[in-house]
Amino acid sequence: MDIPYTINARPETGVFNAKAGIWLFLASEVMLFGALFTTYILLRVGAVEWPHGELDVPLATVNTVILISSSVTMVMSWASLMMKNFKKYRMYMGLTILAGVVFLVIKGFEYGHHFAAGELPSKSTFLAIYFTLTGLHGLHVVGGMIVNGYFWGPGSKMWKTQPERFTNRIEVAGLYWHFVDLVWIFLFPVLYLL
Amino acid sequence: MDSANAHEADVKKHVRTYITVFVTLLALTLITVTISYLHLNVTAAITVALVIATVKGSLVASYFMHLISEKKVIYFTLILTAVFFVVLMWLPIFAHSDPIVIKHVP
Repeated sequence: MDIPYTINARPETGVFNAKAGIWLFLASEVMLFGALFTTYILLRVGAVEWPHGELDVPLATVNTVILISSSVTMVMSWASLMMKNFKKYRMYMGLTILAGVVFLVIKGFEYGHHFAAGELPSKSTFLAIYFTLTGLHGLHVVGGMIVNGYFWGPGSKMWKTQPERFTNRIEVAGLYWHFVDLVWIFLFPVLYLL
Repeated sequence: MDSANAHEADVKKHVRTYITVFVTLLALTLITVTISYLHLNVTAAITVALVIATVKGSLVASYFMHLISEKKVIYFTLILTAVFFVVLMWLPIFAHSDPIVIKHVP
């Protein structure tokens, strides 16, 4: 059975099915992270004191730049397919995956530093919500990298047989990746700067 | 200019926009980090940081996620999400302004 509306827009919605699907998924993700941000606010306003300056701001700034850059390479990979340039697509998608790896390695260094200093989630409310928010975000980065890795490698075969459908797939994967970037844009000031 | 060339020119125009947005996002990141070292009072610091984050988020959503030219069904989904998100964000404020006070009876 063929999946309907993978290339052309569904008349009722005006978009292809996967796009409607990813936006519904992202809406549920907004509520997931929203619930955790609400938890953060509730914990912070109820705390007698809240630690400030304990996290590594320069390292997190580098990670912010890396994630923003990966969003640009992601959208450029889609634009390359729109311009029928598969080689450039592979390059930009490869850079996006690489940026994800670098982001996680830096986050790993940060986590390692905390663990070595005995700063575990059980130590304080701040560390508990810090590890929950950044850990969940990190899992989202891993999920995005798996999908992007598939589309960079074996999944890219579709370009030869169904280029429009493959381009749509990259657009959908991109929407997810940009959302992950968007979440970090809020996590960075909330956890590191305030 | 045939339709294929027109389409390619259109995408190239988009690419220029992506680069501009990228540079703006980097500049805003630098500004928000610099301001955090100024040690403003809590209210000002939160306001500035969240305003800059909102601007950055809007740029990503508008241009990288193409929300600036999306279909009505997507806008409808997001408006509904925003309503529920705002309700979710107000919950702790209500809870904080109306706390449960346990009176200790001697």
